[in-house]
Amino acid sequence: MEPFVKQTSIAAPLDRANVDTDQIIPKQFLKRIERTGFGPFLFFDWRYLADGTTPNPEFELNAPALCGAQILVAGKNFGCGSSREHAPWALNEYGFRALISSSYADIFYNNCFKNGILPVVLPEEIVAGLIRQLQAEPGATMTVDLETQTVHAPDGQVISFVVDPFRRDCLLRGLDDIGLTLEHEPDITAYELRTERISVAA
Amino acid sequence: MISAAAVPPAVPTASAPRTLFEKIWDAHVVREQSGQPALLYIDLHLVHEVTSPQAFEGLRLTGRQVRRPERTVATMDHNVPTTNRSLPIADDISRRQMEALSRNCAEFGITLYDIHSPRQGIVHVIGPELGLTQPGQTVVCGDSHTSTHGAFGALAFGIGTSEVEHVLATQCLPQSRPKTMEIRVTGQTGPGVTAKDIILAIIGRIGTDGATGYVIEYTGEAIRALSMEGRMTVCNMSIEAGARAGMIAPDEKTFAYLKGRPHAPQGADWDRATAAWAMLATDDGAAFDTLVEIDGSALAPYVSWGTSPGMVAPVISRVPDPAKIADAADRRAAERALEYMGLTANTPLTEIPLDTVFIGSCTNGRIEDLRAAAAILAGKKVKTGLRALCVPGSHAVKWQAEAEGIDVVFKAAGFEWREPGCSMCLGMNPDILQPGERCASTSNRNFEGRQGKGGRTHLVSPEMAAAAAIAGHFVDVREVAK
Repeated sequence: MEPFVKQTSIAAPLDRANVDTDQIIPKQFLKRIERTGFGPFLFFDWRYLADGTTPNPEFELNAPALCGAQILVAGKNFGCGSSREHAPWALNEYGFRALISSSYADIFYNNCFKNGILPVVLPEEIVAGLIRQLQAEPGATMTVDLETQTVHAPDGQVISFVVDPFRRDCLLRGLDDIGLTLEHEPDITAYELRTERISVAA
Repeated sequence: MISAAAVPPAVPTASAPRTLFEKIWDAHVVREQSGQPALLYIDLHLVHEVTSPQAFEGLRLTGRQVRRPERTVATMDHNVPTTNRSLPIADDISRRQMEALSRNCAEFGITLYDIHSPRQGIVHVIGPELGLTQPGQTVVCGDSHTSTHGAFGALAFGIGTSEVEHVLATQCLPQSRPKTMEIRVTGQTGPGVTAKDIILAIIGRIGTDGATGYVIEYTGEAIRALSMEGRMTVCNMSIEAGARAGMIAPDEKTFAYLKGRPHAPQGADWDRATAAWAMLATDDGAAFDTLVEIDGSALAPYVSWGTSPGMVAPVISRVPDPAKIADAADRRAAERALEYMGLTANTPLTEIPLDTVFIGSCTNGRIEDLRAAAAILAGKKVKTGLRALCVPGSHAVKWQAEAEGIDVVFKAAGFEWREPGCSMCLGMNPDILQPGERCASTSNRNFEGRQGKGGRTHLVSPEMAAAAAIAGHFVDVREVAK
């Protein structure tokens, strides 16, 4: 997994609450059997007009000033609904490496960390303030720094955030967590023997 | 004078009262280290075609094996056509995904109930049906509606594809301990008020992020009164309230449902199992982090009006007026939802006309759901011009319904009677809504475009869906049943 340390880039505001993973990547694009190829379909139903190819000029992220944005600032409960990991895959491929919201759905939040994306949690009023700044100044840049656990707002304010130390460490180092679990293989076998799971056929 | 021995110990001991969740969690911790998530053992891993191909590919790329293939069971449900199965699958990309699952299961030694298997069905319908799901287990699947299996007193939750790969390779998952929430539904629900209405009311109350970070245990008279099918409906939609999982303590109904199922314990094993399962219920005095109480006797049949499962109202009420919503974010969300749904504030819900009715899904595609809908449909006709679809949750459900003559009732009423699968719940197969079409659906999500781009979904119970199919608009099913 690609590590996440620090990201400075244009930040895109998405002033919507409860953005579900069906919106992030609609079901018709879940049929691929690879981890790649989802970026062009990110926010498909919002991003394109009915013909499916013409960019919708009214969709926030289509503003020319936001081209190349790698930080997304969105409303509460981002990533709710379906467990599809295709959602962080699509966000990542589009270019987003860091997200900022006041809350995320559990499964989506987990999935981000598995894909080198940092989902920053900040209080709702602070997120609302960031969205207002980004709307007032389209194309403004921000910095998200995992080492110092800070977000640098367009107005220069530095805001601290909290993240689980274990998740932070895994992300900073880009660790393969299956490899970490396999280091404890003797514990797993001991558990299976102790609980008589090894001889039990499912 | 009070002796020291009479003072309760400050530190909980091994015999301290525990919740159902805590008992299952404690029994599955393989390893725990301060500052790290616990490593949990996974008893049952269910797999379907959409969220697994990249996980198997990951195993191949790293040269890893499946640690316990006998603990993983696969089926095909999301993509499968619900029409004639003897024909080739028209959608090449769907076919490719199903073929990938067949190859992966063959290569890694995993049992697969494919499109031609008599055991095929929606993964959350066949798990319980086959007796794979059992009380006290940890159950995972790359699917958010895995919470369904919590109805059996299992800790069951949805995972992403990276975690699917993790479970395949290690039979374990690192998990941070969630908080616990008791949702107590007191009293008896009235006639026409179903499990679906209970869970819609709960989500309407606590919101779609109301249980984020929590495992819910549903308790109370109204929950205990539910059948296993009803309990599955409630637990199924726990995820729509943001919960990690939803669960209900096992009881005699649970045991009666499981007895004799293909994977349920037999003979002396059965007696041992039920004795252990009976110990799982939350102890008296065990503490939850949060309690939510709902008066079941005050509930009505519910209809969703918006584009999030928390946007619901009793059928006897009106489309809400966003101007009256205090919270700015919620107000904007409601305005956007009404625009997408093509609805005007203050319209009575019973005046909303429908184009389509869908009965099925992992929420409401079980035999009891079909029986309930058939009871409303018997001798009636679907409103002229309305498209009505019934998609049983599994082959077993379909055959049971056919044995009872339920298919005849549906067909005589004008419903299409289909082969099992997820179908129009998410429209990955050809069963979709056209832009602007409005559907009464027994499924779980009314998100924008969920049932087809531009499609408008209203979530209801099977009884409400059947009554709406006859009338062509929503009706209070309690009036129909009179």
